Amino acid sequence: MRATHLSGWGRYPIRECRVATLRREEQLADWSQTKTLIARGNGRSYGDAALNPELTLSMLARDRLLAFDSSRGVLSCEAGVLLADLLRVYAPQGWFPPVVPGTADVTVGGMIAADVHGKNHHRDGSFGAHVESFRLAGGNGDVLTCSREENLDLFRATLGGMGLTGVVLSACFRMCRIESEHVRTETLGTPDLDATMETLAASNDWRYSVAWLDGSAEGGNLGRGLVSRGDFATRDDLSGQSSAYRSRAPVSRQLPTPALLSGALNPASVRLFDALYNRVGRFRKGPRLVHHTSFFFPLDRLQRWNRLYGRRGFVQYQCVLPVSQSSRGLRAILERVATSDHIAYLAVLKLLGPQGEGMLSFPLSGYTLALDFPMRPGTLELLDSLDEITTAHGGRVYLAKDARCRPDHVQESYADLPSFVDVRQGATSGTREFSSVMSRRLGL
Amino acid sequence: MSRSSRRNPGTALVVGATGDIGRAIARRLGRDGWELQLAARDPSQLKAEAQDLHLRGISVSAHECDVLKEDGGVSLIDALPATPDVAVCTVGVLGDQSDAETDWRAAERVMRTNYLGPALLMGALANRFEQRGHGTLVGISSIAGERGRRSNYAYGSAKSGFTSFLSGLRSRLWRSGVHVVTVKPGYVRTRMTDHLELPALLTAEPEDVAEAIARAIRKRRDVVFVGRLWRPVAFVVRAMPESIFKRISL
Repeated sequence: MRATHLSGWGRYPIRECRVATLRREEQLADWSQTKTLIARGNGRSYGDAALNPELTLSMLARDRLLAFDSSRGVLSCEAGVLLADLLRVYAPQGWFPPVVPGTADVTVGGMIAADVHGKNHHRDGSFGAHVESFRLAGGNGDVLTCSREENLDLFRATLGGMGLTGVVLSACFRMCRIESEHVRTETLGTPDLDATMETLAASNDWRYSVAWLDGSAEGGNLGRGLVSRGDFATRDDLSGQSSAYRSRAPVSRQLPTPALLSGALNPASVRLFDALYNRVGRFRKGPRLVHHTSFFFPLDRLQRWNRLYGRRGFVQYQCVLPVSQSSRGLRAILERVATSDHIAYLAVLKLLGPQGEGMLSFPLSGYTLALDFPMRPGTLELLDSLDEITTAHGGRVYLAKDARCRPDHVQESYADLPSFVDVRQGATSGTREFSSVMSRRLGL
Repeated sequence: MSRSSRRNPGTALVVGATGDIGRAIARRLGRDGWELQLAARDPSQLKAEAQDLHLRGISVSAHECDVLKEDGGVSLIDALPATPDVAVCTVGVLGDQSDAETDWRAAERVMRTNYLGPALLMGALANRFEQRGHGTLVGISSIAGERGRRSNYAYGSAKSGFTSFLSGLRSRLWRSGVHVVTVKPGYVRTRMTDHLELPALLTAEPEDVAEAIARAIRKRRDVVFVGRLWRPVAFVVRAMPESIFKRISL
């Protein structure tokens, strides 16, 4: 065990944590003296969810594939397996994970703990909907299998439970069939927020859809952007294309983020980028065929791009508002940001489907907006004011992105929180509890 | 990874295949198209590792063996379905220097695990490879073997011995077409070093070691370090006069 400075992907906050790596399940007993701990995957949650100064337990060494039932497409693997690893092994065989978030550098355990959603949430729900079962180590060291048949409460509390119910050791989930490794995609330019929302709603027949919002837009153009939607290409789609698409795609190498570029993002460079990206996006409408990695994980090409925000780091504000409230609420949020002296460096909008099974799962039927802000004086106050708008419109923030939300907001907006608290207390009544900087901040 | 490297380059034996470095090497070579033979002591872990590689589409066989207990590796080699083209030995243990100073059994364990076991195994494999006229032996030694330091000379001396053994073996075999690679990692983030605070700039991941080994096999390198800084560090450590070196708390 060693002490080290840890943070989430946003590099805010940073805490000194004692870190240990779980290599064998029996090792869990080694830390029986430790009163509190949290499991950590690949550190891609943005804020303080995977930090615990007493003990942060790295799951990255638990990364074995355990079994694959190719008749049903059910994969069983350890919790530390990286999504990128799964894609490398299974996409060429015609299998794809049912749900992928915006980066492939997440672990399976992390995808369960955050109950991640993807560009197909409106069609396929969150990752948890495809999980058949998982094994969970609780507070007294017992390992329980949780599924819809066994320990259902614990199953529901753990999906989206941010690691607070125990350590997910391994999981079983369904993969889906793909006919090619490419995505047939098109991009539509939209003039304002209403048009962007309508275009997303009209894209429901597409399996994947998401909108990028132009941060350089002002006034009546607020919420202007590019809606990109796609489906996995079928064999027929590919047959007319050049042979390059039929062969294994040349996955481009990842580029490191040069240290020199640390902090390279600033309001001027971001506005310039947004304006250019908007023009270029409108120009190449599609439909086009792109490899799945560039469709789903465009930012993964730049390793550690979080450094672009400089030493103070950044926070992402991601909220969801019910459909009926979305138009007014989103406009209020974008206007609140526009009238502040902060700008969002990245803005993404997506229409989510109905709420899933997880007690603390984020998605609900409505539009979700994600905004990246560099940390600087006044950022936290701005986000507090956004919380007020979100709450007033019946929405909530995504814990996997959160680093700063106040307890009352979370308690108000997550209706199943009382059941979650009950299940968690029951499950971790043993010698130690699972908690994080986040859970203490939120009074969970 | 270039596409050509996915063609089957041959069979590789990884001894100590359930350790962090052994696992990383197995995955790396497997991805490059090598057929794998895994050898390790713990049967359940060995089975899990083989199953993982199998699911990744890699041909793999598993062989339970304890390099320290048996007959210098001969029974392991006899049990293999075929003599491998490449053999990588990752066997080693750091141990605790102060234990090694007060308890001869602790010292013996460090010496056996880092020198006697690996050297005898490499020697036995070398004879098979020599008869056949080709093959690559890869021994994982350590930067700690460059010179005995007060903080870990039990471990360091065993690694020195292994480094010397490999260098002699290389010289003996080079005309026969058999190649010997000595890998000298510095700090690597593994179970062995979990309890240590390691300097970030000098610390490699097991995957870096695997990458260095894959390259060394391809390019028939003799001695490789892992990370650019270690070669100059090793040079300085070796070059320092003993009268100064003995005073330095390293």
